[in-house]
Amino acid sequence: MQKLLLLGDEAIAQAAIDAGISGIYAYPGTPSTEITEYVQHSREAREKKIKSTWSANEKTAAEGAIGMSYAGKRAMVCMKHVGLNVAADAFINNAITGANGGIIYLAADDPSMHSSQNEQDSRFFGKFAMIPVLEPSNQQEAYDMVHYGFDISEKYKTPVMMRITTRLAHSRAGVVRKPSRAQNDIKLPDDLRQFVLLPAIARKRYKLLLENQNKFEKESEENFTQYFDAADKSMGIIACGIAYNYLMENYPDRNIPYPVLKINQYPLPRKQVEKIMGECAEILVLEDGYPIVEEMIKGFLSKGLKIKGRLDGTIPRDGELNPNIVAGALGMDVKIGKDVPSLVTARPPSLCKGCPHIDSYMALNEAIQSYGTGRVFSDIGCYTLGALKPYESINSCVDMGASITMAKGAADAGLTPAIAVIGDSTFTHSGMTGLLDAVNDKSNITVLILDNGTTGMTGGQDSSATGKIEDICKGLGVEENHIRIIKPLRNKHEENLQIYKEELAYNGVSVIIPRRECIVALNKKMRAKFSQKEKN
Amino acid sequence: MKIDIILAGVGGQGILSIAATIGLAAVDAGMYLKQAEVHGMSQRGGDVQSHLRLSDKEIASDLIPEGKADMIISVEPMESLRYLPMLSPDGWVITNTKPFVNIPNYPDIEQVMNEIAKTEKHITIDADKMASDIGSPKSANMIILGAASPFLNIEFVKLENAIRFLFKNKGEEVVNKNIEALHLGRNYTEKTL
Repeated sequence: MQKLLLLGDEAIAQAAIDAGISGIYAYPGTPSTEITEYVQHSREAREKKIKSTWSANEKTAAEGAIGMSYAGKRAMVCMKHVGLNVAADAFINNAITGANGGIIYLAADDPSMHSSQNEQDSRFFGKFAMIPVLEPSNQQEAYDMVHYGFDISEKYKTPVMMRITTRLAHSRAGVVRKPSRAQNDIKLPDDLRQFVLLPAIARKRYKLLLENQNKFEKESEENFTQYFDAADKSMGIIACGIAYNYLMENYPDRNIPYPVLKINQYPLPRKQVEKIMGECAEILVLEDGYPIVEEMIKGFLSKGLKIKGRLDGTIPRDGELNPNIVAGALGMDVKIGKDVPSLVTARPPSLCKGCPHIDSYMALNEAIQSYGTGRVFSDIGCYTLGALKPYESINSCVDMGASITMAKGAADAGLTPAIAVIGDSTFTHSGMTGLLDAVNDKSNITVLILDNGTTGMTGGQDSSATGKIEDICKGLGVEENHIRIIKPLRNKHEENLQIYKEELAYNGVSVIIPRRECIVALNKKMRAKFSQKEKN
Repeated sequence: MKIDIILAGVGGQGILSIAATIGLAAVDAGMYLKQAEVHGMSQRGGDVQSHLRLSDKEIASDLIPEGKADMIISVEPMESLRYLPMLSPDGWVITNTKPFVNIPNYPDIEQVMNEIAKTEKHITIDADKMASDIGSPKSANMIILGAASPFLNIEFVKLENAIRFLFKNKGEEVVNKNIEALHLGRNYTEKTL
């Protein structure tokens, strides 16, 4: 079959299509966004009627996928690592219910925090749920593993996790496709109480999951794990996922003098781990993310074999791996080029020229002057860049939806008026329930829902909130005369400022909706229109 | 044979279209390729880079090891300097001279150019002006790619074909302008050498 040049994300999406999914469920989040986008733009997926509409958040996405699995069809659910926190309730309990149609959770981790607030390692979540975890080292493996993942998901009636990192998600390489297979027909679970987690049933299901652990381990031993023996047993190397590539990069002739255990699947392949630890004098563990394998084989008291990795300082404790870090861990000479000249200055990301958030922040900064700064709780999106100069408007960014609830808590503590700044898509992701708390408690907060009509930071995906925000606020009980819609523009600054001041002065829940289209989305639209005209 | 390239610029400047053109030409030439891109937050006007690796053998790492890059192709002068630790001692710096100023403390451009002049092998080119001169300001990227092309070890016609393929939906005019831009860049470097 022909070779396609695909991002890791795209390879996973193509594999999901070829493996016969009937639906893909996701909320956008770097570095996982391109998986769902690829399916949305695929003609093949359209012809096969694969469901791919964005979900409101990762939890609703996961539950949608579980429902599809219940009905006997294959589903994939994709998220960035922190999205799995949102979906965790569904995820962990899905491990107990088990699957009917195959289901894969794709978690994309972001070591070095290129676009994230932490570098949590989803393999921990996989271990927590006690389900098989696949960790490809390259785009082809990612493609192949999706097929395999659906196989074992249906064989053992279990959800399966695939964990990738930013580097694989956003790196392109040649991928060879497999023949595609048909989607499943609707087929209800053999036991119609399989998904009813009443304690009596859940206890049985849990025992089944525990019994499966040995089988999952055997799958790891017999599938994507590879053992490369070598003569020099003074050290053995365990390389997980993408770390294997950085190891190979340091041996251009591909001849590594030490035994290497390449791990791409969890639970850990016991047989091979025993072999390498039994034969080698010490072990070097290479893994991107947390030192999870290192910790497991080292043990709390660290009384066995000498284990080198992130915990003993051989490799930095945080941040993404790269060929140079691995070379250093191997004791090789690391030669780097010239230093960066001192005049080179940082160029942090910033709000685009013409961005509506700029006008929203300019008005906000002026409006809160009389109350003092330090009372603006914000959220996750482009507008988080409002923390940086020249705006310095916001004082928090913790997790999706936290702006409204943190403002409520601060107001409860007496910091009034407290202000929340949240984007339209983040509002429907996780802000709505918090707003209900504030309404029920008559909290003295002012909520700015910055409505740019898109999910901007991840590249402009459809927002679940579009056209619904006022109605949602009204429905949650915000008083109608305290729902104010403004157009954030420089020439409306004075008018808007007045509205901000009025609502800040109101002792209760008010919502201001600065509404203007994302400038990037608008430009894209205009360009499309223009080129259409040119063609005509 | 291997070529490791760092592509540098500012989010939104479109370094990925250079990467796509080289990538397509390289695949056409039967080479292996890996290309690590930057998506997400940095695309909002921050510094961005892409690691593009071509080889006649299978490539292990998605990232180029520091000190091993054969060239830095930059669409912005200060950004070309940010990745000097990646460049091998005999590597080339091919950079646009037109600064992209979206920060208040952008250094003095003369000093930036002095620093570039200190690198052993470099090509500096005012791609924005040359692109405007041919009435196609958006083709600055392809001028820079043209300027880098003599060092790429890829048949020039394969780069032309890649442009034809990538821009075909934008019409004949856009394709021709970009190919013209590619030639201009190529000629510039050939004259400079």
